[in-house]
Amino acid sequence: MVTFQFIPFHDIQPLTSARRVNKLLNIVKDDRIVIMEGRLKKEEEADLIEITMEEISSKFKGIELSVIYPDQKRQDAMQKVKGAFAKVLLGDRQGLTIIGPASVVKKIEQNPDKIELFMNDSNGKRKLAKRRKK
Amino acid sequence: MVKNFFRNLLKKFKFNPFGKRSHVKLGLYGPPNGGKSTLANRVCQDWLGEEMNFTVSHIAHETREIKIKEQVSIKNKKGKELTFSLVDTPGITTKIDYEDFLKKGIKKNEAKKRAKEATKGVIDAIKWLDQMDSVVVVLDATQDPYSQVNITIIGNLQARNIPVLIAANKVDLKKANLDVIKSAFPQYEIIGISAKYGKNIEEFYEQLFKLAK
Repeated sequence: MVTFQFIPFHDIQPLTSARRVNKLLNIVKDDRIVIMEGRLKKEEEADLIEITMEEISSKFKGIELSVIYPDQKRQDAMQKVKGAFAKVLLGDRQGLTIIGPASVVKKIEQNPDKIELFMNDSNGKRKLAKRRKK
Repeated sequence: MVKNFFRNLLKKFKFNPFGKRSHVKLGLYGPPNGGKSTLANRVCQDWLGEEMNFTVSHIAHETREIKIKEQVSIKNKKGKELTFSLVDTPGITTKIDYEDFLKKGIKKNEAKKRAKEATKGVIDAIKWLDQMDSVVVVLDATQDPYSQVNITIIGNLQARNIPVLIAANKVDLKKANLDVIKSAFPQYEIIGISAKYGKNIEEFYEQLFKLAK
């Protein structure tokens, strides 16, 4: 069985960078796949990789990480302005971040509109596709 | 962070003492097996006339520690000279499983040791980001460029205002697709090279001069 845990933006917004990263990593180390509203800052993504490396053991093999984010080139001027206002007022909650334990998620393939999770499974490989509307 | 703030501030006033340092660091970053060490060897062979001790292998994480070659001087067609320290870094990844090394025929104890060293190598590579003056991100042109590791590396360089050149390596292979890399990172200068065979390497050196401006 695969467990997904949704993390709404307001759950991580008040946390410091270190706490955000630790919160996400603790969930993943429990063999759950995190689906987080919004995205981490670039520096936090690097911290997540760094801390993941520190935590690697015979039981924990690391993570699979993917972020899907609206392609701003496809947005018209009004959408960009709205997005910028929303970012100032509410924080950058656009996009989705998916983090899974490497022991469960074999690979995440990403292109601008789609994320595909290839799962490690006792019965072999199976595929779960998630599509994002424009 | 403070260093970055002042670096950005000084750049705005077109005064950048970091650019005049005698020890300009040019980092080679990217995911494992992209060809960073092969490129480092090519640069050293071309300009120092000696093969470096940057060992290369088809097994991932062959480079597990930061390696530096000081005082590499290259010249462009106009005769201008550029001197830098070349920093070869371990491939950045989000997962390391010693069992992957077992599948490559490495014995269990050695595989575990290699995995441990590889994790430390990734940590060091990330910590060294702040030390770099310019970075060449070396990607395997036969692989999907939309991996989050690539995006995270490039995003972190952008956040630190470090100039980036993307070298799409292994263009000698049939599966190589330069257009996909160009569409994945349209805002960056991208050059297709074969570090192994030297294809496009002169253009690559010309791009290094633009990167160091």
